[in-house]
Amino acid sequence: MKQYSLQQLEIKANEIRQSIITMLLEAKSGHSAGPLGMVEIFTALYFSILRHDPKNPLLPERDRLVLSHGHICPVLYATLAHAGYFPIEELLTLRKLNTRLQGHPHRGSVPGIENTSGPLGQGLSQAIGMALAARFDKKKHTIYCLTSDGEQNEGQIWEAVMLAGKYKIDNLTAFLDRNNIQIDGNTEDIMPLESLRAKYEAFNWHVIEIDGHNFQQIIDACNTAKAIVEKPVMIIAHTIPGKGVDFMEYKYEWHGKPPNKEEAALALAQLQKAHG
Amino acid sequence: MDNFLNPKLYAKDVEQLPTRNGYGDGLVLAAEKDVNVVGLCADLTGSVCMLAFAKKFPERFIQVGVAEQNMASVAAGLAVEGKIPFFASYAVFSPGRSWDQIRVNGCYNNANIKVVGAHAGISVGPDGATHQALEDIAIMRVLPNMIVIVPCDALETKKATLAAAAHKGPVYLRLTREKTPIMTTEQTPFVIGKASVYREGTDITIVGCGPLLYEALIAAEQLKGKVSVEVINCPTIKPMDTETILASVKKTKVVVTVEEHQITGGLGGAICELLSEQYPIPVIRVGMPDSFGESGNPDELLTKYGMKAGDIVRAVQKALSLKH
Repeated sequence: MKQYSLQQLEIKANEIRQSIITMLLEAKSGHSAGPLGMVEIFTALYFSILRHDPKNPLLPERDRLVLSHGHICPVLYATLAHAGYFPIEELLTLRKLNTRLQGHPHRGSVPGIENTSGPLGQGLSQAIGMALAARFDKKKHTIYCLTSDGEQNEGQIWEAVMLAGKYKIDNLTAFLDRNNIQIDGNTEDIMPLESLRAKYEAFNWHVIEIDGHNFQQIIDACNTAKAIVEKPVMIIAHTIPGKGVDFMEYKYEWHGKPPNKEEAALALAQLQKAHG
Repeated sequence: MDNFLNPKLYAKDVEQLPTRNGYGDGLVLAAEKDVNVVGLCADLTGSVCMLAFAKKFPERFIQVGVAEQNMASVAAGLAVEGKIPFFASYAVFSPGRSWDQIRVNGCYNNANIKVVGAHAGISVGPDGATHQALEDIAIMRVLPNMIVIVPCDALETKKATLAAAAHKGPVYLRLTREKTPIMTTEQTPFVIGKASVYREGTDITIVGCGPLLYEALIAAEQLKGKVSVEVINCPTIKPMDTETILASVKKTKVVVTVEEHQITGGLGGAICELLSEQYPIPVIRVGMPDSFGESGNPDELLTKYGMKAGDIVRAVQKALSLKH
């Protein structure tokens, strides 16, 4: 796999952001803030961290990436396309009839998607199942699971957190996208979550907190996670929802809507300016 | 036909076993056959008869605690990695409270999960209505890709468990708590999607599933000489064996269905859907009449809510009066 420098990752992330804006404009529906806030993490995973092969998507020893909060799939689709899993032009079919890019991701639709998701709180459990399967088969790959902060409201998350702690599932590295927003408002107004670190540590997880837009911190955290034994790892990634588009940043109003034509033009102009 | 029914079927001392025992036996056999078979349980390992499996294959047994939703999704994760997970609890909890997980992680993924719902039906008894699953067939039958199996006795359950393990794709297996008569033999064939005529007749068809099939057979015996009753065991609710059902009803032209489930959405509902489209004739459904159960012993409850042989006899008489 090609080694990307931090600067090359920044460029890739910018391209992926532009793809997200373009596909959401074309789809006329979908989520903006979450996908934009997770671009660095997806870019770091698919261009630096994951053992995977876009030309051999079912490679048995590949690392698995389980997306739990499926509604941020524009960033998954855009990253998979830029990584070479399918043509970038196909991103414009998002959410349209007969598309492989369903409104929420579906396993088996396009190569590279490991799980179906949409209903919140189910991904971590599935990731644990995949991690247990790897343990049964004495396989060495890592299961990465991406979760949101809003979905920590779901009871099933805590069922899964208990189980992973009980079985000391150390081939599982999870991310928690701590962007502080959910559909109805700010997370601490809707349902207070803090202290997330203390909660996970109490369930026998190893917790790392990072700036979710800092490539070096993302890569370092994943390397640290590999060295943690007898515990699952939760990387709490502090992110800015809508990152890269100034009028979307930090605004929960952008959780679940796409940009219109003018807003998309403005967003693309900002992104193009940021990286020439 | 007689050679594959228990010769003591109509005797007073017919052997009795809970269908869940057949699951326990079948799971161990399935696990011996295939290293990919794994078991999950939500703090009811003894009740769902998985202790033998857990003891023999401790490394393949996952105790998730009282967490049925997590159990369903963990199973789906195991399944997409090539495992064959059987996950069991009481049917009111699983699939009762894990329907979304079974729908999305299991059926939409077409993951190779085996949902085992124990203690189904009103015959759970004293635990009362909260613990009496009477809607589970309906909520599983409606899911695309899902196979729904309701075995009639412990021997059929053992075979159904092995068949579920061999089938690629989601399966729901419905179990009951109480000892009920053994109607079949070790030699009786079981094939997913196949119904069998257990008693031939020409006046009316009774289609039953689960242990209540015994009451249907007893009703037919009581009607002997007056009404010629054909009794069909229909353990696979989905996919329905339309060929066997249609062949019978084209001869008898009237049907009674028998199940320990709401009369809407289960076997009776499935038969009505089939016949209304392909061969419209009268159908009388014996089952739970859109009601919750209550505490009581199993026999008292089946009597109070109208699911005993006498009720089936009355249903037959009513159905015959509607026959064109």
